Amino acid sequence: MQENINVKTMAQFASEGKEPDILYWVGCAGSFDARAIKVSKAFVKIMNEAGISFAILGNEESCCGDPARRAGNEFVFQMLALQNIEVLKSYNIKKIVTACPHGYNTLKNEYSKLGGNFEVIHHTQFIEQLIKDGKLKVDTKVLGDTKVTYHDSCYLGRVNGEYSAPRNILNKAQISVTEMERSAQNGLCCGAGGAQMFKEEEKGDKRINEERAGEAIETGAKVIAANCPFCITMLEDGLKAHEKEDEIKVMDIAEILAKGIA
Amino acid sequence: MIQQILFLIVTLATIFFSYKAYSAIAYNIKLGRDYELVDDKSSRWKTMILIALGQGKMFKYFIPALFHLFIYLAFIFTQIELIEILIDGVFGTHRFLSEYLGGVYTVLISTIEILSVLALIATIIFLYRRNILKVPRFHKPEMKGWPFKDANLILFGEILLVTGIFLANSSDLVLQSRLPEHYHHTGRFVISSILADGIFNGFSTGTLHFLERFGWWLHVLVVFGFILYLTISKHLHLIFAFPNTFFTSLTPRGEMENMPVIMAEVKSMMGLTEGGDAAMEMSEEIPEFGAKDITGLKWKNILDAYTCSECGRCTDNCPANITGKELSPRKIVMMVRDRAEEVGKKIRSGNSEYIREDLKGDEVKLTADNFDDGKSLFDLISDEEIFACTTCNACVEQCPLLINPLDTILQLRRYRILTDSTGPQDWMPMFTSLENSGSVWQLQETREDWINQ
Repeated sequence: MQENINVKTMAQFASEGKEPDILYWVGCAGSFDARAIKVSKAFVKIMNEAGISFAILGNEESCCGDPARRAGNEFVFQMLALQNIEVLKSYNIKKIVTACPHGYNTLKNEYSKLGGNFEVIHHTQFIEQLIKDGKLKVDTKVLGDTKVTYHDSCYLGRVNGEYSAPRNILNKAQISVTEMERSAQNGLCCGAGGAQMFKEEEKGDKRINEERAGEAIETGAKVIAANCPFCITMLEDGLKAHEKEDEIKVMDIAEILAKGIA
Repeated sequence: MIQQILFLIVTLATIFFSYKAYSAIAYNIKLGRDYELVDDKSSRWKTMILIALGQGKMFKYFIPALFHLFIYLAFIFTQIELIEILIDGVFGTHRFLSEYLGGVYTVLISTIEILSVLALIATIIFLYRRNILKVPRFHKPEMKGWPFKDANLILFGEILLVTGIFLANSSDLVLQSRLPEHYHHTGRFVISSILADGIFNGFSTGTLHFLERFGWWLHVLVVFGFILYLTISKHLHLIFAFPNTFFTSLTPRGEMENMPVIMAEVKSMMGLTEGGDAAMEMSEEIPEFGAKDITGLKWKNILDAYTCSECGRCTDNCPANITGKELSPRKIVMMVRDRAEEVGKKIRSGNSEYIREDLKGDEVKLTADNFDDGKSLFDLISDEEIFACTTCNACVEQCPLLINPLDTILQLRRYRILTDSTGPQDWMPMFTSLENSGSVWQLQETREDWINQ
C-alpha cells in the first residue's frame, strides 16, 4: 500500500545545501523487514505531521553493528561502526533518532569510544517530547477501550533505563496499560537480543518468545504495545505458537499513534 | 591462665591461617587482567554505602531482604562484642567493657540479644525455605553437592553462635547474684534475664560456671572458624560485597568493552589512521581475543565470582534458563571461582609440569604467563551456555551484589568467535552479509526502497 509519506535522504539535503534538524536512523529491520517497515512508515507519518525536518542516510547507512558485536565478532562490528561514524561525521550530524533500541544503544553508548559522539534518542522519547511541546496532537480514541499491555524491550528498558516514555505516550492517548507479571526492570526478554534473532535457539523446553507471549496473553490484552522491531517479530511468532495471532495484535508505539493521524 | 594461653594460641592460629587463605584469594583475583577503571571515587563510595552497607538491591524482594537484614545486623553488632572478647581473652579479664560503659553496655548487649533472636528466627525461616519449601532457585543443577551443604552449614553455624551468646549471658546474670566479687554487675540484659530467671536460676553454681565458659568459647570458636570458613564459602560476600560494589563498572550498562587492538587494525585497513602508528603492534605474535581462562578475564570478573552468594536471582530471571536452556548465569560465575581456585593453587605450587610445552626449560619457572594445565573455562562452561545468552541484562539487574555474569559470558563468546573461529552455524551467513552488504540480511533491495514500497 502506497502511503503518503515524505522522506528525504541526507544526500538530497546536502545537494540542496541544507541540513535537517535530526537524522532518522532507520536500521536494518526498519529498512528491510516487511513488518518493521510499517513501523518506519508510521514514525515518518508522525514526524511529517509534527513538521519535523529530518533525513535518513538511505543507502549510506550500514548496520549499526549490534548483532556483530554481541555475537562476539568485534572485527565486523568495528568495520560497520567506523564506517557509519565516517558517514555521520561527513554530514556533520549531531542528533539522531531511531526506532530500534539496539541501534539506539550502540550509537549512544558504544560509538563514542570509536570517535563518534552524537546525541541519540529513541523514537518513543522523541514522540513524548513532541507531545509535551504541543507539536503532536494525540487522538485519545485511537484504540477505543481495547485492553493494552506493554512489553519493555531490554535495550530501551533495563539497559538504558527508559521505562516511562512509552508508558507516558500510551497514557496521553488515554490507553490504560495492564502490566504483565514481569515488567519494567523485571521485564522478560523477547528472545531476540544478543544476535539470537539470527540463530536457532539453544536446546530447551520452549522458546523464549512463547513464554513471553504467554505472559502477554494472560493479561487479557488485545494489543501488545512494543518499541523494538525485533520484539515485534518475536512476539508475533510467539502469539502464533499460542494460536492467538488473530485475536491479539503487536503494535509499535508509533503505529498506535499514527493510527490517529488522518 | 590456661584459658589465656589457649585463647592466644587459637587467635594466633586464626590470624596465621586466615592471612594465608585471604592472600591466596587476593592472588587469584590478581590473575585477572587489568583494564581501564572509571575514576570516580565519590560514585564508588556512594554505590558501596548504598548497595553493600545499605543492602539497597536486596529490597527488590521485601521478605527475604528483611530476614537477611536481621542476620546481617546481628552479625555486625555481635562483632562489637568481639572487641571485648579479644581483651578478655588475652588479659584474662571478665566483661572488660561493662565497667567502662555502664548503662550503655547493658543497652548494647541487649541490642545484640534482640538482634540475635531476630537472626535466629530468620535462620530457621531460611532453613525452611531451602530444605522444606525447596525454593526452586536453590535447587538448580549447579547447587548440588558442596554449594547446598555450604548454605546449610552456615545457617547451623548461626544457630551455634546465638546459642553461645545466650548460654554465656544467661549464666553470667545468675552468677552475678551468687558470686558478685567475680561476676560484676552488668545490668539486666533484655532476653537473657528472662532465660536466667526462668531456667538458669535452677542450675548449680558449678554448672553455671561451666555453661558461661562453654558459651563464651563457643562464641569465640564459631566466629574464628567463620573467618576461615568464609574463604571456601559463598558467605565470603559478607566481606567482598564491599570491594565488589566499590569496583563496579561505571560505564553505561549497554556498552560492551571496546577492543582497541581490533579497532586500530580495522582503522588502518580502512585507511583511517593518521601515520599508521599504533595499529600494527599486533603483528608479532598471533593474539588471543576474548577470554578462555581466568587470566583472560578482568580481575573484576574474578572478584565477582568470589563475591557471589549463589542466591540464584540471576538464574531465576534469565530468559534462557526460564525456558529450559542449559545456561545459568550463576553457574558461570561459580565456575569462574572454581577455576580461579584451581589455577591459583597450581601456579603457586611452582610445579614445572604446568609450564606451557613450548616454553619449558631448565631455568624456566612457572608463572601466570607461561601457565598451561591443558584446561580452560571451556572445560567447565559449554558452548551451548555461552551462545544461549540474549544479553538482556536481567542477571545484571537482579544481582544484589552488583555482579555482572554477562560480562564474563561475552568475553568467552568473543574467544570462541574471534580466536577459535567457531560458533553457531546460523551466524556465519550473518557475518558474511554484514561484511559484504552492511546489513544483517543479504537482500536484493537497497536501504531506501522501503520508502516507496
